[in-house]
Amino acid sequence: MRAYTPKDDVQAKAYYTDRYYVAPQVPKSEVETDEVFAADLAAIKARFEVKEAYIQVEQMVIFINPHDIYGVLELMRDELAYTQLSEMSAIDWLAKDNTFEIFYQMLSMTKRKRIRVKFFINNGEAVDSVEKLFRSADWSEREMFDMFGIEANNHPFMKRILMPYDWQGHPLLKSYPLEGDEFAAWYEVDKIYGKEAREAIGPEIRDTARVDRYDSERFARLGFEVPKGTKITGDEPRNSQEYQEEGGVFLIKKYTKEASTIVDDPQR
Amino acid sequence: MAQHKVNYTQDGGLPVALTSIDKIVNWGRSNSLWALTYGLACCGIEMMASGASRYDFDRYGTIFRASPRQSDLMIVAGTLTKKHAEFIKRLYDQMTEPRWVISMGSCANTGGMFNTYATVQGVDRIIPVDLYLPGCAPRPETLQYGVMLLQKKIRANKAGNAQKPKRLM
Repeated sequence: MRAYTPKDDVQAKAYYTDRYYVAPQVPKSEVETDEVFAADLAAIKARFEVKEAYIQVEQMVIFINPHDIYGVLELMRDELAYTQLSEMSAIDWLAKDNTFEIFYQMLSMTKRKRIRVKFFINNGEAVDSVEKLFRSADWSEREMFDMFGIEANNHPFMKRILMPYDWQGHPLLKSYPLEGDEFAAWYEVDKIYGKEAREAIGPEIRDTARVDRYDSERFARLGFEVPKGTKITGDEPRNSQEYQEEGGVFLIKKYTKEASTIVDDPQR
Repeated sequence: MAQHKVNYTQDGGLPVALTSIDKIVNWGRSNSLWALTYGLACCGIEMMASGASRYDFDRYGTIFRASPRQSDLMIVAGTLTKKHAEFIKRLYDQMTEPRWVISMGSCANTGGMFNTYATVQGVDRIIPVDLYLPGCAPRPETLQYGVMLLQKKIRANKAGNAQKPKRLM
């Protein structure tokens, strides 16, 4: 029996989800249906343990043991002609079973084939760096460390790549809020002005739909502008929107609409 | 001996204009606003277009400079990330006074569509801003209008007041 979920706030949600929704699965096929992949898989299986292998969207996906990754990629590069590491990163499955899924997307230019090598590691474990095999892994592994906190052993420069060095937290984790945690919210204020400036500068206003015509700190009513911080009563004088003072400016010719010409040819 | 071609008594009087110090100083400042080349994101493209021949910022005396030490005006054109926040403060501090700041576009004004952990939600959290330009991105006309409004603001104040450093806090 399905667990009961309250449905009185269904309309308040930003996105509608079907009660009977089943996520679509991309169909998988056997590796034997492609002879190139079958030969590759046999070559890998001869030396390493392959837990699972299938073909999905014309690409072979294989699951291996975490400690085999350097050997598998070396074999693929030197003997199977998969000479490019297009991409590598991690997938956060911490909520499901406290693991990360690491993937390496390999490309063979001569065979015109792609293989995705995958394995699972537990939370807190490190992976072996493949930077010695593929230079592209250098920045990818740094990014993986930056975004997920997964370190790569034997990496020459295991530091953050996108976020500042003194950042706390790993933003691509599913547990990390999109709008940032406490540290992120005050990062620039703490760093530049110090924690004692928090009160003077104030918290971030993140409600993008917020419009308050009585707030003269952050909003101005066009044509009725007042100095910042003025209490708005509703009978503000009208400000003209002209960009030049009445009577012209010293040494500058006064702009008059009558004397000006409007160019309406867009190809002028 | 060279003969003066100009006959002042005939050609509309002596070449003398009387004014106040405030007016002439503000006239000089408002018509030579040298802007820091500071395109942070896509608004920078519109800023470049404003400087190029079609919109021609040179008409206003606004010339882009590559050094904050030669600039009077900082046009924050684009998304300010939290990683970059300390550098915008440093560049602002390196500009000589009097200095002005235009916050160009939604991202610089409020963080815009980037309601994320990595974006500063408005440059006025870091540096004092004189003028906010709405738009995503504002067209070059908007930037030109903003510069003209800033010129008007400069002329409206006493020249000495501009020397007073602005403080965020």
